[in-house]
Amino acid sequence: MFARLTAEGAANRVEGPLLFLRRTLDVGYNEAVEVEGSDGIVRLGRVATVDDDTIVIEVLDDTAGLALAGTRVRFFGEPLKFNVGYGILDRVFNGVGEVIDGGPPIAAEKSMSIDGLPMKPVAREAPKDFLETGVSAIDLMNSLVRGQKLPLFSGGGLPHDQIAMSIAANARLPSAEAQEFAIVFAGIGVPHESAEYFQREMERSGALERSVLFLNLASDSSAQRLLTPRYALTAAEYLAFHEGKHVLVILTDMTNYCEALREVSASRGEVPSRKGYPGYMYSDLATLFERAGRIKGMPGTLTQLPILTMPNDDIGHPIPDLSGYITEGQIVLDRDLHRRGIYPPVKVLPSLSRLMKDGIGEGMTHRDHPALAAQLYAAYARAQQARILASVVGEDGLTEVDRQFLEFGSHFESNIIAHAEPRPVEDSMAVGWEGLKHLPRNELHRLSDAQIEQHLGHHDQPAEE
Amino acid sequence: MSQAIIEWVSGPVVRARPEGAFVMREAVRVGEQGLLGEVIRIKESEIVIQVYEDTTGLRPGIQIEGSGQPLSVRLGPGILGGTFDGLLRPIADISVDGPWVKPGAIEHVAADFYFMPQVAEGDALTPGAIIGRVKPARGREQRILVPPGTSGVVEELVAEGEYRDDVPLCQLRNEDDKRHPVTMSHQWPVRRPRPVSARLPSDEPMLTGQRVIDCLFPVARGGKAAIPGGFGTGKTVLLETLAKWCNADVIVYVGCGERGNELAGLLEEFAELEDPRTGRLLLERTVLIANTSNMPVAAREASIYTGVTVAEYFRDQGYDVALMADSTSRWAEALREVSGRLGELPGEGGYPAYLSSRLADFYERAAKVRTLAGETGSVTLMGAVSPPSGDFSEPVTSHTRRYIRSFWALDTHRAHARFYPAIHPLHSYSTDAGRLARWWHAEGCTHWEELRTRFLTLLDEQARLERMARIIGKDAMPPRQRFILMCAELLNEGFLRQSAFSEIDRSASPARQAVMMRIIGEFIEQAERVVADGVLPEAIAQLPVFRRLMRMSEEIPEGQWEEFSELSDELDKSMVGLVTSNQQTGEA
Ligand SMILES: Nc1ncnc2c1ncn2[C@@H]1O[C@H](COP(=O)(O)OP(=O)(O)OP(=O)(O)O)[C@@H](O)[C@H]1O
Ligand SMILES: [Mg+2]
Repeated sequence: MFARLTAEGAANRVEGPLLFLRRTLDVGYNEAVEVEGSDGIVRLGRVATVDDDTIVIEVLDDTAGLALAGTRVRFFGEPLKFNVGYGILDRVFNGVGEVIDGGPPIAAEKSMSIDGLPMKPVAREAPKDFLETGVSAIDLMNSLVRGQKLPLFSGGGLPHDQIAMSIAANARLPSAEAQEFAIVFAGIGVPHESAEYFQREMERSGALERSVLFLNLASDSSAQRLLTPRYALTAAEYLAFHEGKHVLVILTDMTNYCEALREVSASRGEVPSRKGYPGYMYSDLATLFERAGRIKGMPGTLTQLPILTMPNDDIGHPIPDLSGYITEGQIVLDRDLHRRGIYPPVKVLPSLSRLMKDGIGEGMTHRDHPALAAQLYAAYARAQQARILASVVGEDGLTEVDRQFLEFGSHFESNIIAHAEPRPVEDSMAVGWEGLKHLPRNELHRLSDAQIEQHLGHHDQPAEE
Repeated sequence: MSQAIIEWVSGPVVRARPEGAFVMREAVRVGEQGLLGEVIRIKESEIVIQVYEDTTGLRPGIQIEGSGQPLSVRLGPGILGGTFDGLLRPIADISVDGPWVKPGAIEHVAADFYFMPQVAEGDALTPGAIIGRVKPARGREQRILVPPGTSGVVEELVAEGEYRDDVPLCQLRNEDDKRHPVTMSHQWPVRRPRPVSARLPSDEPMLTGQRVIDCLFPVARGGKAAIPGGFGTGKTVLLETLAKWCNADVIVYVGCGERGNELAGLLEEFAELEDPRTGRLLLERTVLIANTSNMPVAAREASIYTGVTVAEYFRDQGYDVALMADSTSRWAEALREVSGRLGELPGEGGYPAYLSSRLADFYERAAKVRTLAGETGSVTLMGAVSPPSGDFSEPVTSHTRRYIRSFWALDTHRAHARFYPAIHPLHSYSTDAGRLARWWHAEGCTHWEELRTRFLTLLDEQARLERMARIIGKDAMPPRQRFILMCAELLNEGFLRQSAFSEIDRSASPARQAVMMRIIGEFIEQAERVVADGVLPEAIAQLPVFRRLMRMSEEIPEGQWEEFSELSDELDKSMVGLVTSNQQTGEA
């Protein structure tokens, strides 16, 4: 760490964020560097490629002001590291792990590589425990489990920031473990106002006390943007696997991250893949998202709730598409619902939590929670079909049963999905059962007779009063 | 061995200046850590190496050691029940070296096994012959094979007892008087298919316990199937379900560029669940090859070949093996990434032009065979495909289609409605179905083919009628058409839907599948008759027996044959009742 090598006067080209040096030193791929221009500004960077005679440095700050002459490069001899310690909670950092809340630097207990190491599959413990978010569309329909990575797929102008803040403030563990809960929040490429909003909201709700905040602004360099989630996840790994906390990481907006990835890749002259994004975007995103999980024999967990905005609301766009292939489900927000005033505007059919079954049911939420969710899904899917039918042939062309489903659909959206205040999961389940009472019993194929009897009243009772 | 010096590093690709001769596909060790790599291109003054581990810190000047051998894996009795990386190196327990994957050489650790010889000194053995058996502490009995390519007369045979898997059990003296030691394990190059004495036609299904597969789109032993589907449509759950309940002797599960949590879940479950056929833990018949999405990309490319090689090794012992690969698209992307770094001309979708032939190399290794030792064994391949935005016209899906025989297309709409398995009956097919009918016949399910055709036609009609309903409204359809929609609903809900998480229904025996098929067939027949007699389909759907049929898959477990026959009786009675009351109202 201290035996730093320095190259001076070796620069022979600057292009975008890339600085080319004649190879005068023995340095390795991916190692960290500091670039000091003749302007006296020190910029962070890392080695992007090395060959026999050239070293290419990716500069993580603005390269404006760099000249070939007088540029000094210091090599760290190791990848970028982040100094972390217990005092990290209740602090605010910029996108590259520097304190920006005016307080003193934190006392470092560990220096961890920001890239982390892949967790061995055999060392992972399968995620199991329920994590309450206070949002019915999540808790009831797509439950979040500790150690899971479950993104919000949103769109420009949709209230994802608000949802994120509400989850940060209201997410709960069973009371005994409440102490051990922490939040790492990273704003990636966010505008000034949003950054301020996040900081203010977290202070107001008191969430900041148990949180670490990283803010990479829209005006910061693209290359830096690539590091922000890595610093955030390193802090989270420290809290989860060294301090034993249950950590929820909220990353917003991953679309900005991917745009930065495309930009940097293009400036390196790489062969682009779909829509100009680099072919390795899947693997690159995986190195971030796969840092969620639990480790056998360790108390902490690392849960991720990344947020991304779908360009043109297109779920098939490479950013949501590749993310969906890595994450364990997705919560999809919908413009139509938003327009109709449904908050949170969660479109449940394309939403999914793959680990839900491991976090709910007997001893966790309720024995009949899985059946309830399955029935609500089936019924709402049928309601949507009826809606499509009705939009063409009119309600009169529907059968009586289909009309009942149609009605259920609206009820579901405005009473089960929509709610202003955070809802405990018990209440979410109660409104769910209530909603099913609008349907004829013999159409509830996902429920057993016993479940119908227990939660919806006696079987022989006609549904339609 | 030859050596080379690194000149250039970019991600998993390294260029080096050779000192001495290298051959294509030769395995190499890079640097002090001994990172494993493979020669993928040779020029006069340069070799290109694909490195299977994290290359952070590699730099020009570092040395590369050739091995003189193609990239190979060590096959032996220790594999079964284990978890390995893409190059079949054991992934050590957390207690050994912590929870993180660290790059660098991992030495093969030899273990002891109890060996029972089956040959005698002086026997002349041919390649692939069985010299004896071992019975590992966990897992099934295995056979020790003479490696393909080796033969001779047995000398210095050891007595029955415990031996390490790398010490000679005997020597084989061949015609040239050379002696070859035979150990429990041997090396085999992953990219070379293991030889067999003949490929056999297959007329026996590989049973999966999934009704939509076994009854509608079956796969034969030695067959090959693809499961394409957008994210979240159920590829992994389906592959895992097959790995749990299919009737193969050995399962090779290749987690190729997918999620760590999934593999952790699979390991946990397999260590608890029993194989209903043997009563032993599922883990004991499974080999897990794990290369998650965050592990080095290049090893993904190798992991598929490693997996098939392991599968062939068990096939050669006379076993029926099933290999699941999740997901072949990640493997193809690894090809694409390496190709891109080499500056090769990109083809369709950015994939290299040789994508198609590489896919063929993989799928062509599926077969039912007569082994060199004269036994029968099979390798059945099942690969998930993850097409970008769920579009099946993309290169990996469309090339895969050319080589497989069963196509299980997962449908986003079904998955969104939580209808699982989300296999779309109109977009899926099986070219094996025709020749498997005889097997079902022999099992006593004499109407299998007929019912299968009936079901498929019904589903086809349903799709047509639903399109029509969108124009004229359901209410305006004649009873006969509403009857078809009702039957299709029952077929979907009561038969094709099968939750992987339901203890009762996660796997169905052929007998249970046959009974359910028959009852649904009876329903269709009887309902058709009463509808022709003037009963409204809605009246049938209101019958309590209809709800019971809809829920029979979740409520009547394996072996409860009386319950099924009661249900069938109730069906008869209810239908008769309907006709009678209909006649009465008609007369009144
Ligand atoms: N047969 C099934 N029975 C019950 N649930 C299922 C079944 N198949 C899929 N599911 C549900 O769908 C979810 C998604 O399935 P899965 O993880 O297999 O998708 P996938 O196609 O592998 O997605 P990806 O391509 O992103 O890996 C599962 O978590 C599970 O909840
Ligand atoms: Mg999957």
